[in-house]
Amino acid sequence: MDLKELYRDVILDHNKRPRNFGKLEPADSRADGHNPLCGDRLTVFLRMSGDRVEDIRFEGKGCAISTASASLMTEAIKGKDKADIGTLFGKIHSLLTQQNAVADSSLGKLAALSGVREYPARVKCASLCWHTLNAALERSAGARNETPAAVSTE
Amino acid sequence: MAATASQAVHGPILDVERVRRDFPILDRTVNGRPLVYLDSGASSQRPVAVLRAVEEYETHSHANIHRGVHALSQAATEAFEGARERVRRYINARSTKEIIFVRGTTEAINLVAQSFARPRFKAGDEIIVTALEHHANIVPWQMVCEQTGCTLKVAPINKRGELLFDEYVKLLSPRTKLVAIAHVSNALGSILPVKRIVDAAHAQGAVVLVDGAQAVPHAHVDVRALGCDFYAFSGHKLYGPTGIGVLYGREELLESMPPWQGGGDMILTVSFEKTTYNGLPAKFEAGTPNISGAVGLAAAMDYVESLGLDAIAAHEHRLVELATAELQKIPGIQIVGTAANKASIVSFTLDGVHPHDLGTILDHEGVAVRTGHHCAMPLMTFLGLPATARASFGVYNTEQDVRSLVAALGKAREVFG
Repeated sequence: MDLKELYRDVILDHNKRPRNFGKLEPADSRADGHNPLCGDRLTVFLRMSGDRVEDIRFEGKGCAISTASASLMTEAIKGKDKADIGTLFGKIHSLLTQQNAVADSSLGKLAALSGVREYPARVKCASLCWHTLNAALERSAGARNETPAAVSTE
Repeated sequence: MAATASQAVHGPILDVERVRRDFPILDRTVNGRPLVYLDSGASSQRPVAVLRAVEEYETHSHANIHRGVHALSQAATEAFEGARERVRRYINARSTKEIIFVRGTTEAINLVAQSFARPRFKAGDEIIVTALEHHANIVPWQMVCEQTGCTLKVAPINKRGELLFDEYVKLLSPRTKLVAIAHVSNALGSILPVKRIVDAAHAQGAVVLVDGAQAVPHAHVDVRALGCDFYAFSGHKLYGPTGIGVLYGREELLESMPPWQGGGDMILTVSFEKTTYNGLPAKFEAGTPNISGAVGLAAAMDYVESLGLDAIAAHEHRLVELATAELQKIPGIQIVGTAANKASIVSFTLDGVHPHDLGTILDHEGVAVRTGHHCAMPLMTFLGLPATARASFGVYNTEQDVRSLVAALGKAREVFG
């Protein structure tokens, strides 16, 4: 397997120049994600309009897979509602974990993550942002001013 | 001990090509490339001598120990107690009563925390650790602090990864009940001045535990010369099996400690009214132990001493020097941990490439290194790093392994442009 299958140009680009990177203030919801295995940490900020994600940003320190995945995720879900995000999450999960999953066209640039499934130790790097997003979405449905939700890949 | 090295089968200079033939796993490939194993600090590989000893024991001698008069039980008991004597000699303990078999370093430290510290420490008492400890030498003490109300103090280090000895001495006081330190830092390779640390602690009446997990494979350890009260290490970083380790404790301290776990083997008599405990070392070895693990550990110690610890230390020192020099030639590489006194470990980062990505790319080239926080998150926080990549060397590593690492790092720079 060629390393370029994992580190595709899209991934390297989003790692080097992550989109929607930084704090979102004010935010309706935020959640912290942590991958204790490699020390990756990221925070997802959301601004909601009803069920729809009006704006999303993230910040944190992580490996290329983790940073690029979060960057690609923010681009993919901005403007989408919770139901659409749930569908996308299911597709991404299959893409990252199932050997024969085929990236359908609705995934767009997210399909670049398909190489990750050949590296089981790295799947959590790519999925951390999505679990963190879910926590932030759940939190947005509840009270706003509590301490941020936290998720861990362990 | 120079005498050990001069008696070594392979002579004082390590014949690495010959050593490599003792480790069958080194013949395998990873991702289509020859394995370059630079992760002995996490777990070393086992020589045939260890694999055979375990197999021999399991095939011909296994039964439960200290129970029954039949031939196999006798053979197993002799093998297990023979291993204890082997360990005693390896670290120069006074008596086999001072050698407690445990699962590993972590269990050894927890035993001391729960059986020595917990019953006698109270609010106002202090435990000192250093800023470079492995979680296994932090968390058990935090638990004791929660349980007893005593306080954890942290002796600082500098950015090179050296203990600030004067700062450590300033922390010592009559309140200090225990000092728990690594002999060799698992994340940076720094060798701590154990003897001086022990002497300073003893001057205040404190007891000292040494986490020797990273030290025993690389240098001769003499617990009596160090003067420490407890010394903990694992078999699997010493070319032995997993699931076996050793707690050395000075006999009078172990005598004064209550049993940690209750069960078979640790008792003399049991009735529902009154149970009397067995003497040392059985008092701390409830239940059937890892017999074949102890046999394998003894074989590993035989093997290591046959190579000669002085020869091993010299060989690994050469590799550390070479790796440090070669890595520094690569643009963007920072060596993390530059203590004057280092053993067998080179931690580093590469600008623009997260250590986790480095680990994947190196693995792709057949090079196995550890990446991450090395179970030393407070140390990583102090250094301002989320993680590092760590190459750690064993008896079987060669200069070619270092060159393979350098080439693989070149590949990483290529991928990340």
